[in-house]
Amino acid sequence: MQISDDMIKYVAELAKLELSDEHKEQAKKDMSDMLEYVNTLNELDTSNVEPMSHCFPVANVLRDDVVTNSNDRDNMLLNAPDKSEDSYIVPKTF
Amino acid sequence: MSKEYEAVIGLEVHVELNTKTKIFCGCSTAFGGSPNINVCPVCSGMPGSLPVLNRAVVDKAISIGLATNCNITRNSKFDRKNYFYPDNPQNYQISQLYYPICRDGKIEIETENGKKFVRIHEMHMEEDAGKLIHNTFTGETYVDFNRSGVPLVEIVSEPDMRSADEVLAYLDKLRLTVQYLNASDCKLNEGSMRVDVNMSLREKGTEKLGTRTETKNLNSFKAIKRCIENEFERQADILDAGEKVVQETRRWDDDKGYSYTMRSKEDAQDYRYFPDPDLVPLIIDDEWLARIKASQPELRDEKKERYAREYGIPEYDIGLITEYKELANIFEDGVNSGADPKKVSNWIIGETLRLAKDFETDIADISFSGKNLASLIKLLDEKKINNTIAKQVFEHVFKENVNPVEYAEKNNLIIKTDTGALAEMVKKAVAANPKAVADMKAGKKKAMGAIVGFVMKEMKGKCDPAEVNKLVMEELAKL
Ligand SMILES: [Zn+2]
Repeated sequence: MQISDDMIKYVAELAKLELSDEHKEQAKKDMSDMLEYVNTLNELDTSNVEPMSHCFPVANVLRDDVVTNSNDRDNMLLNAPDKSEDSYIVPKTF
Repeated sequence: MSKEYEAVIGLEVHVELNTKTKIFCGCSTAFGGSPNINVCPVCSGMPGSLPVLNRAVVDKAISIGLATNCNITRNSKFDRKNYFYPDNPQNYQISQLYYPICRDGKIEIETENGKKFVRIHEMHMEEDAGKLIHNTFTGETYVDFNRSGVPLVEIVSEPDMRSADEVLAYLDKLRLTVQYLNASDCKLNEGSMRVDVNMSLREKGTEKLGTRTETKNLNSFKAIKRCIENEFERQADILDAGEKVVQETRRWDDDKGYSYTMRSKEDAQDYRYFPDPDLVPLIIDDEWLARIKASQPELRDEKKERYAREYGIPEYDIGLITEYKELANIFEDGVNSGADPKKVSNWIIGETLRLAKDFETDIADISFSGKNLASLIKLLDEKKINNTIAKQVFEHVFKENVNPVEYAEKNNLIIKTDTGALAEMVKKAVAANPKAVADMKAGKKKAMGAIVGFVMKEMKGKCDPAEVNKLVMEELAKL
């Protein structure tokens, strides 16, 4: 399947990516290859196969409503590129 | 001449469920406190962390679904709604698009033209986002993930409402239902209930739907009413001018009393929903459904009927008492403790509501026990305290849930049945108020008040005014 310029521009916008022209061409090719690969699956006849909503035959993995976590703020904030004493700091939103 | 229009309104209502923990992790949902203290790798979107569904969220969602006459989806699952915003750490929100937990419900509302049903299109479970705090001084934005992952249900109605009053009736019914189910406190001003209004106009008598707008940021029932009236005028003006309503999302500014465009259809977002591979399907079997059905509490309409039937109190009282399940609980507790239903009702719709207003107490936060109210009524019935003292004691029942008997005894408020002491006091009062006595003799009946007042004051109110009156009359007759 051929990916159009518009499509790659749109996908990049949604993903908040700025692509150079060179990258754009590469991405178009990569995405086409991926879709091609997935297309191979369509060769299989699945008309008699029950659709599944998950790849594991497991359902109802649940937990009880019990608090198991405690304040771990300092650890949580370790990965933040910018932080205050108690919060993540991000570029200004409106 | 301008045309006559009819509003077509549907609502999207988010309700924050009052579970102890978040929907996909064991972090507490407790309100208040310092930022980011109830946060873990799951609800802060750390790569590699795995969400596990909270059973209580499903229970509460099913419970609301049953109470709103929905079909419960037996094979349900979760999807990812993708968008970038700093309050959303995963860059997707876990929600339900393809197989929401409930579908095809309906709620009966009262309108000025009688009863009608508002249909519910669907209801799904999802997670809340974090909170952004803007510091205008430093220009920085801080993120607090304490609310990130708090469970929500979104209840989407069909466009079945035709006026602001119908919208308010629907919301009130929904709020009361959810509160009675103990699934949420549904406070609009605190964000535990959030309402988006979808609205279009069409000429009266026509069927075709017009172009609709969606309005957000409505934090009170009053704001919702004003917004609908305002949007009606706005769309009517556009249509009267022969122009077209633009499909867009608007934001209501309650201070200014108007809404403005947030985003138009052109920059509508593409959420690229897809099944969440981290969460396995959710299967609701007969047993699960039966368990929730069996534990459904009595809802408001059922309560109203029963109160009329069992207690015979006026419809007006019933309406006020059942408006909040907290009041209904106090009422039932009081009646079950042996007090007369009408007397309990009077204390609730009278003093209780008055004190709530005076102390600016949220009615949902009233928590004294009906048992204590019943023993206060008993003290009154047995004439152990008078009305004035009863109101004083009740204030402490209201505020601190004191046991009225203990409180009245400890504070020496019980009426002394020692008639000898009272008779002595009456003699003393007559002796101490010669002017009042003279006035009485001269036929000025009002002077009686001074003598009775003297006794009441000296006895610190612990006596029955009627009894005092009687004794004063007897004493005067002797003179
Ligand atoms: Zn967490």
